[in-house]
Amino acid sequence: MIVRLWTIGITILLAACMSNAHAREYRVVEVADPYLELHTGAAKGYPITNVVERGEKVEIIRRKTEWFKVRTERGDEGWVNISQLELTLDEAGELLEIESVGRDEFLTRRWEAGILTGDFSGADTVSLYGGYSISRNLSVELWASQLLGNFSTGWIGTANVVHETWPEWRVSPYFTMGTGVIRTEPKSTLVSTPDRTDQVALVGAGVRAYITRRFVLRGEYKSYVVLTSRDENEEVEEWKIGFGFFF
Amino acid sequence: MENRFRILFLTAIAAVTMLSSGCSSLPFFGKAPDTEVAEAPEQVIEPEVERREIKKPKIDTEDFEIGAYGGLMSVEDFGVNTVVGATLAYHFSESLFVEAAYGQTDTEETSFELLSGAAELLTDDERQFRYYNASVGWNIFPGETFVTRNRSFNQSFYLIGGLGSTEFGGDDLFTINFGAGYRLLINDVFAMRIDFRDHVFDTDLLGEAKTAHNLAAHLGFTFFF
Repeated sequence: MIVRLWTIGITILLAACMSNAHAREYRVVEVADPYLELHTGAAKGYPITNVVERGEKVEIIRRKTEWFKVRTERGDEGWVNISQLELTLDEAGELLEIESVGRDEFLTRRWEAGILTGDFSGADTVSLYGGYSISRNLSVELWASQLLGNFSTGWIGTANVVHETWPEWRVSPYFTMGTGVIRTEPKSTLVSTPDRTDQVALVGAGVRAYITRRFVLRGEYKSYVVLTSRDENEEVEEWKIGFGFFF
Repeated sequence: MENRFRILFLTAIAAVTMLSSGCSSLPFFGKAPDTEVAEAPEQVIEPEVERREIKKPKIDTEDFEIGAYGGLMSVEDFGVNTVVGATLAYHFSESLFVEAAYGQTDTEETSFELLSGAAELLTDDERQFRYYNASVGWNIFPGETFVTRNRSFNQSFYLIGGLGSTEFGGDDLFTINFGAGYRLLINDVFAMRIDFRDHVFDTDLLGEAKTAHNLAAHLGFTFFF
């Protein structure tokens, strides 16, 4: 196992060295503000050790979150914050436009995935989901949840249709319904009862709130009907909260 | 020089126009020199109408961090053993990141099993401790580490916490993890991480329900992409 990990590590290392080896072209921008501050690292806490004056040009080498590594004409390198870099001029002499993800991208998103956690009738649950938007209001989602209870553990897998009534709201409610299967496995320390797989149907409601960049916060409530082989069907309530990202 | 050529050329054109229009119908005659002369310079000096194409190379964004780690993990009652794992993180600001991790370790026999010589509590497969989790990390105290007089590395500490699931002793257990770590940036894309984490879950594996703390310390290498 360790040998395998090392092999993977070395492969990644080599791949990275190779990708750094071939020369590439960078964007060049001209400083339009009185000066551009270069930090030693990609965060506000790192000190400013260099400034570039108005009229000078810098190459943009890479980006890490809100920070850009630039190289000056003299060959000095440093990190510039997005707020300052947005005030530089691009190759055409216009203000540099930096690709950023905002609410517009959120409203026109196609794919979304995330992780939520909460309570499933007394059991802790960890859920993963992936969704695809058919229109601004309608999307389909696949959910896989692991149930971690005191007496039993299990899995639920469901396919859902989600309707978002006011997608343009920053905090937007949605309604959902779906179907799937639940597998319940009693704990090994308990007297053995057989594992069960049953069909489930669900309805639910929740809210999705856009936070920043590619992230959304989600909270939801779902009510399940477990179609057991016994005479009575079981009803289970679930609530959970978590975050998702869209792309 | 160029001017002289232009005059010469214009004269020649004018002459040709006079001659050719002389052969053509009369109403055209009065108009001809004007239009022809106006057109002529266009052929001589070709205006640069083609727009200069501006190349805009894409800026390389490195917000994802993938890595592997190895270290020691103490599983309560089941000894201290080597742990290995992998992580995938996304940094969404200079201070905040989310991370998914998967790790596993072997565990030893409990002291009771060893001393009493009784039957083993767990099978070999149940003895494997596997976990996955999703956590949120917060970078604090950014700074520089000076290795030699002229060489320094950027570094920062981080606090991290999250939840997930552990498969151990034949059960899946809801697990909370929290801890802190140190990230040293070797260069812009490689980092070394030292991480201390506590994985907490409730278990009744040894008969009595209790909260188990499983401490792990590991060294990892990560790559930003």
